[in-house]
Amino acid sequence: MYSRIREGVGIIKSIIEASNVGFSYINYEEEEIAALKDVSLDVKKGEFIAVIGHNGSGKSTLAKHINALIKPDRGIILIKGMDTSDDEMVWDIRQTAGMVFQNPDNQLVATIVEEDVAFGPENLGYPPEEIRARVDDSLEKVGMEGFAEFAPHLLSGGQKQRIAIAGIIAMRPEIIILDEPTAMLDPSGRREVMETIHYLNREEGITIIHITHYMEEAIDAHRVLVMEEGQVVLEGSPKEIFIKVEELKSLGLDVPQITELAFELRKEGIDIPPGLLTAEEMVKALCQ
Amino acid sequence: MSIIIDNLTHVYMEGGPFESAALDGVNLRIEDGEFIGLIGHTGSGKSTLVQHLNGLLKPTSGIIRIDDITVENKSKRLKELRQKVGLVFQYPEHQLFEERVFSDIAFGPKNLGCSGHEIEQRVKESMELVGLDYDSMKDRSPFELSGGQRRRVAIAGVLAMKPKILILDEPTAGLDPRGRDEILGRVAQLHKKYDLTIILVSHSMEDVAKLVDRIIVMNKGKIALDGSPGEIFKNSQRLDDMGLAVPNITRLMKMLRASGMDVPEDIFTVAKAKEAVLKALRRDSDA
Repeated sequence: MYSRIREGVGIIKSIIEASNVGFSYINYEEEEIAALKDVSLDVKKGEFIAVIGHNGSGKSTLAKHINALIKPDRGIILIKGMDTSDDEMVWDIRQTAGMVFQNPDNQLVATIVEEDVAFGPENLGYPPEEIRARVDDSLEKVGMEGFAEFAPHLLSGGQKQRIAIAGIIAMRPEIIILDEPTAMLDPSGRREVMETIHYLNREEGITIIHITHYMEEAIDAHRVLVMEEGQVVLEGSPKEIFIKVEELKSLGLDVPQITELAFELRKEGIDIPPGLLTAEEMVKALCQ
Repeated sequence: MSIIIDNLTHVYMEGGPFESAALDGVNLRIEDGEFIGLIGHTGSGKSTLVQHLNGLLKPTSGIIRIDDITVENKSKRLKELRQKVGLVFQYPEHQLFEERVFSDIAFGPKNLGCSGHEIEQRVKESMELVGLDYDSMKDRSPFELSGGQRRRVAIAGVLAMKPKILILDEPTAGLDPRGRDEILGRVAQLHKKYDLTIILVSHSMEDVAKLVDRIIVMNKGKIALDGSPGEIFKNSQRLDDMGLAVPNITRLMKMLRASGMDVPEDIFTVAKAKEAVLKALRRDSDA
């Protein structure tokens, strides 16, 4: 399907192209562990991709390949056409693809919010006016403009994580990779962070790679990748993925509660469409 | 061994510019062998509350009685209390520090002055309780284990103190679904088989609803709701207002009711929802 779109329109550009990427490391027992085996991936500019899979399935290793924190042993990965194996390109790649990690406390470096957000642009050597403008703009985009002079330790987890995201946005990236950004947050913090990254995707056109264990967070993605033993084993729209209730469970993953209920009701012969994802869809199907 | 909390108030940084009351006149009674879910958003006071139960914090005012031990502002008998009440912090695996799994778990009993034989016995038992194989794991370094395994080593370290009350603060944070189910399954077993009183502090309504007999919801330093999961989830609007998400399935039941389907509101598992929806649909088709 994608190739046809490309032929017809010719403007939908790939921003991440991975072909047959493999990566191995040596563990404590001196055994070679293949963290990634032959992963190929094509992400278009502006896509919102959710990556799910249990711990050790290779999700984080893949993420670290996208901003050149790790270089592939085999295969090739291009970010906006730049080869991550090329040492000369590393800084341009990291400016293009920013990364947000799980623990907000490990990512904030300064004692004042605005200094933290300014850290990236300062290192890029921009003049003070440009830095000021970028900091203000970034804080506004994550909805934290009133907190510029706060100390990060007085903020909630969700707020800290949004500051970490602002620090990335200040670098004006085209891709943001988020490695379980909501794992340590409470429900309201999770909601804040999810709203922020959807806003950045929708309004700013930033390509999002979102790694998560919460299936509910994958429902609104354009595309879901399921990883297992260093490979992408399933790939498709949220509906196409979550319809495979038994397959996901056998991989040790959850399905959203609503999807599971739909699956169970269909087994009992209730006539509703497969792959219902939200409560709204379920109400419509049952009470039409 | 019951826990009685009487008018407990705790004020952080009293007299300073950042003074704030984290607990405000809390009254609570927890009976022997109860399995409790303690819920509340960040800053609601739940961590402050559990830290009082093993004497890490002392009340600004009010009293806590656990068995025959009373904790007040000037209490001194806290060592005994900490033996009775085991507290597993958030991300407890960050606190592992020994070179071997065995010595990490043995640290507590060793400090209690247990004999070598007794220590070995306790380490063995605790590892079994959390599902770690003694022979193959005891000599490994905690740092080469998976996240879920490391967390179980940390929990075993607390169990080796043979507590009567076990408090776990967000024990599944950061784990994948399989790791989460493993830990929660072990916790449920500790409650069932060994009759420990368990207090599970969590953000996840889904997890808590499946396991516990009683849910206590905290908000702004006070107890906002206290009851069985069914009773608690009837208050979905109030839970929403407190920044707590009710399970999606509970939200669905509420929406179905609003659309005229006759299903109960106090449902929080997929299995129960399936039953209720089938019943309502069949009733409709019979009529």
